[in-house]
Amino acid sequence: MTESDNIRVPVSQQPHSVIKSKKENGIGGLVSIQINEKAVMVPLGTTILEACRKNQIHIPTLCHHEDLCLAGLCRICVVDVEGMKTLQAACSFPITSPLKIHTSTPMVRKARRHIIDLILSEHCGECYSCIRNGNCELQALAKEYGVDGYRFGHVEQPRYSVDRSSVSVIRDLNKCILCRRCIRTCIDLQEVGVLEAIDRGDKTHIGTFLDKPLADVICINCGQCTNRCPTAALSTNDPSDEIWEAIDNPNKHVVIQTAPSPRAAIGEEFGVAPGKSFTGELNSALKRIGFDKVFDTNFTADLTIIEEGTELLNRLKKVLVNCDTSVKLPQFTSCSPGWIKFIEHFYPEYLDYLSTAKSPQQMFGAVIKTFYAKETGINPDDIVTVALMPCSAKKFECNRPEMNSSGYKDVDFGLTTREMATMIKEAGIYLPEMPKTGFDDPFGEASGAGLIFGATGGVMEAALRTVYELVTGREVPFKNLNIEPCRGFDGIKQASVKLENCVNEYSFLEGIDLKFLVAHGTANAKKVMQMLKRGELNDVHFVEIMACPGGCLGGGGQPIPTSAEIRRKRAQAIYEEEASLPIRKSHENPYVKYIYQKFLTEGPCGKLSHKLLHTHYTKRGRFIS
Amino acid sequence: MSTSAVNPKKRTGPVIFSEYNSGDGIKKAFSLKREDILFELKESKLKGRGGAGFPTSSKWMLTAAASSDKKFLICNADEGEPGTFKDRVLLQEYPELVFDGMVIGGYTIGAKYGIVYLRGEYEYIYESLQFYLQSMRKRNFLGNNILGSNFSFDIKIHLGAGAYVCGEETALIESLEGERGEPRNRPPYPVNTGYMGYPTVVNNVETLAAVPHIVCKSGKWFKKFGTDKSTGSKLFSVSGDCNKPGVYELPWGITIRELLNIVEAENTKAVQVGGASGICIPKSGFDRKLGYEDAATGGSVIVFNEKRNMLQVLKNFMEFFVEESCGQCTPCRIGNVKLLEGVEKIEKGNYTFSYINTLKELGNTMKVASKCGLGQSSPNSFISILENFKDEIFKSNGANNDRVG
Repeated sequence: MTESDNIRVPVSQQPHSVIKSKKENGIGGLVSIQINEKAVMVPLGTTILEACRKNQIHIPTLCHHEDLCLAGLCRICVVDVEGMKTLQAACSFPITSPLKIHTSTPMVRKARRHIIDLILSEHCGECYSCIRNGNCELQALAKEYGVDGYRFGHVEQPRYSVDRSSVSVIRDLNKCILCRRCIRTCIDLQEVGVLEAIDRGDKTHIGTFLDKPLADVICINCGQCTNRCPTAALSTNDPSDEIWEAIDNPNKHVVIQTAPSPRAAIGEEFGVAPGKSFTGELNSALKRIGFDKVFDTNFTADLTIIEEGTELLNRLKKVLVNCDTSVKLPQFTSCSPGWIKFIEHFYPEYLDYLSTAKSPQQMFGAVIKTFYAKETGINPDDIVTVALMPCSAKKFECNRPEMNSSGYKDVDFGLTTREMATMIKEAGIYLPEMPKTGFDDPFGEASGAGLIFGATGGVMEAALRTVYELVTGREVPFKNLNIEPCRGFDGIKQASVKLENCVNEYSFLEGIDLKFLVAHGTANAKKVMQMLKRGELNDVHFVEIMACPGGCLGGGGQPIPTSAEIRRKRAQAIYEEEASLPIRKSHENPYVKYIYQKFLTEGPCGKLSHKLLHTHYTKRGRFIS
Repeated sequence: MSTSAVNPKKRTGPVIFSEYNSGDGIKKAFSLKREDILFELKESKLKGRGGAGFPTSSKWMLTAAASSDKKFLICNADEGEPGTFKDRVLLQEYPELVFDGMVIGGYTIGAKYGIVYLRGEYEYIYESLQFYLQSMRKRNFLGNNILGSNFSFDIKIHLGAGAYVCGEETALIESLEGERGEPRNRPPYPVNTGYMGYPTVVNNVETLAAVPHIVCKSGKWFKKFGTDKSTGSKLFSVSGDCNKPGVYELPWGITIRELLNIVEAENTKAVQVGGASGICIPKSGFDRKLGYEDAATGGSVIVFNEKRNMLQVLKNFMEFFVEESCGQCTPCRIGNVKLLEGVEKIEKGNYTFSYINTLKELGNTMKVASKCGLGQSSPNSFISILENFKDEIFKSNGANNDRVG
């Protein structure tokens, strides 16, 4: 199944779209139509937009997004269908009978131009002071249709105050064009449902429950809406000014950790086609910008695997040997902060199922301000830690009040891929041309297991490589260590691996089928939680959940645009880079071994680990007062 | 006033208000095959009375032909067009026609459930309608095995919440499903994919009220009235500057002048046919015929005499649309605001003819590019009033303005 097949058809449009024929060549499977006098055959149920794109005819769109359900409301994609009194929205018109379609009649062109003019009349803001300048769909359309003035006037004064309450996502309704992609992203793609259209007529606006600030509602900060907003109505909360300030301050030691997904996508911000990693180039660029040290988040991803894997084995032992009914299985991963906030809001009674291990980002922050500070003799107070992440929820995560186990704010700033790209450009650097350099010591190069954290199923694959080997003393029985059942974009993947000939310490696991499940996107997470509630996960041991579709590589802070195809290419880049790495198992990372020898001397899940590398969660609930 | 429900027997008319006994249509229908009912309906050439004028028989046939374990028949009683009040009269005084029509419709298309989507402002007739439904159940005109047949059908009433757009059939369905009342994309049409995704017929109150008469008296009889393209009669809700406002049943094809005589209108300057979304006809057009082929209306006829300021009339309509647009599609949401702003510019004398012409072009775009009938018809009054009363409007407003174009 491909990802798009698997994306849940949304509530709002589910019964209102025509189901495509499964057998294209069967009777009635194909419909012959004419587009601009050219005869073509298309599968029954194809939309006019799809038919045109397949035939190299460009139709402008705004409310349409291929990840989302049909909307048909901006009307920019209207075309003329012979025999119909009115123009039809190409994005949402399913072809079920022979049609004659015209995509560029005078009426069509005039209507499109009117629609752009109308949107511009209510779109408050100047392009040159906008973060989406150069990557704005409205701006592109205005150019495409030769807009040279505001035919229907232009709103000069902002009508709404900008909502900066959330540390992750900023909402500026003055720039909102009411395409409602954010609503569909939130309700249909992610099944969170924070946003909805409020009021009607000219008072219509996108709002939250009772129009509360975003920080006060059940937003999980996944930022998927910021990825799909065609303008800058939704954006991430950018800390780069503070980071520049820290870099420019000679008394501050500024370190940055970079996650795997930004490296696989940041090239897109520089015009490179998706699917190429820029790890080495990024390291050089960051050094040139002025970061004192550039570390690899994968180091703490490896650390996470050790801690989380050990926690899993401890849980299994407590359940199987000690028959402790208070211990919950399956264990759920905890490295996606969007997923954490999702479960805290929607399933607060299930928090005990979460691994207590912190995410790699937070582990790194704690390690830097303790172990690294000690090793280098730098006062932790003078260290500023920045995390380059594909994620807007990481901003919220590093600002959680409990994330100060080092005695300081463990991670000072979460920076997204998009924000990083702007900093790099501001520093006058063209990333693709940078020389390749490695990561800084003392954390050095990490294992490939940490790298694949970026793709859905990656954490599971990395964990299995380590857990299986710990338990049996042998490598996982998959070719080239590639645990294929963990890979790919199916919404929910389930598989198992049999534990045989276990080492003495783990003899209680002898013969057990270690069952695991992987899900991505909170819509799928919801399904998994419903399965858990129904008791269908009683025999499952470990569940990986990532809040974003595709995992971190599809994160809310990643380059715009996003699509199933783009996410597939980013995954490919990650897996290719991984295959070439010398170390591909977390427990073989020499720096991980070193930190357990030197610092976390009680071993994984020991006392100091618990203090620095583990955390607890908050029962938030769905109802916010 | 003739609209009050003092004595229903007083109302007379060729079709709807002709003699009918409660239940007769149902009994007759049960003696017929479904195809025969569809045939009579087709023969009658009955078209939707809500205003759009889609052939009722086609809707019913498409739904009857759809294969589905559930089907629905919805009575659109969200009578919200400014100047219409004939559905209220039917529901208050002739509920037997509407509900019998629904039972016949359910029987014909194979639906077990009927829903009346009642305008929120008509809450005060909710109880009496429930009471009437209960009496129908007692007489076995509703419920299980109606009149001993194997056909079961029941009707529930759902109150709207006051949005004009919910009179649009797909927005009505969204509202019924508990969603925000906004139109859906069409196709697919409700006859295939309607309420809860099932094949659904949505008919206006008056359309359904015509059905028992057609079933009892034949389609041939029905089409004796009216014109070739607009068969039967129409209930006109006449309001405004006339001595006898009210609901009148008259055959289609009557001229505006004839109607004005009946309602005793004097010094009439303009007639708004079809409510706020209709067109405004000046004196020179009073010989136009009311009917789908000429001056179409869902029933609303608003009379304006010489004292009325047509720009204010237009402003009132545009304010209505700015407020009642559902806010979903761009042309309607912003377009109506721009048209209203244009009216205000004229009012202040702060306009150019070239901009007014631009707005008329915008109106034409709205007519073809809006998602539903609301935005497609809201520019009608803007275009027709500015066109038909340009002398009055542009002479009395902003005469000193330096105009271009």
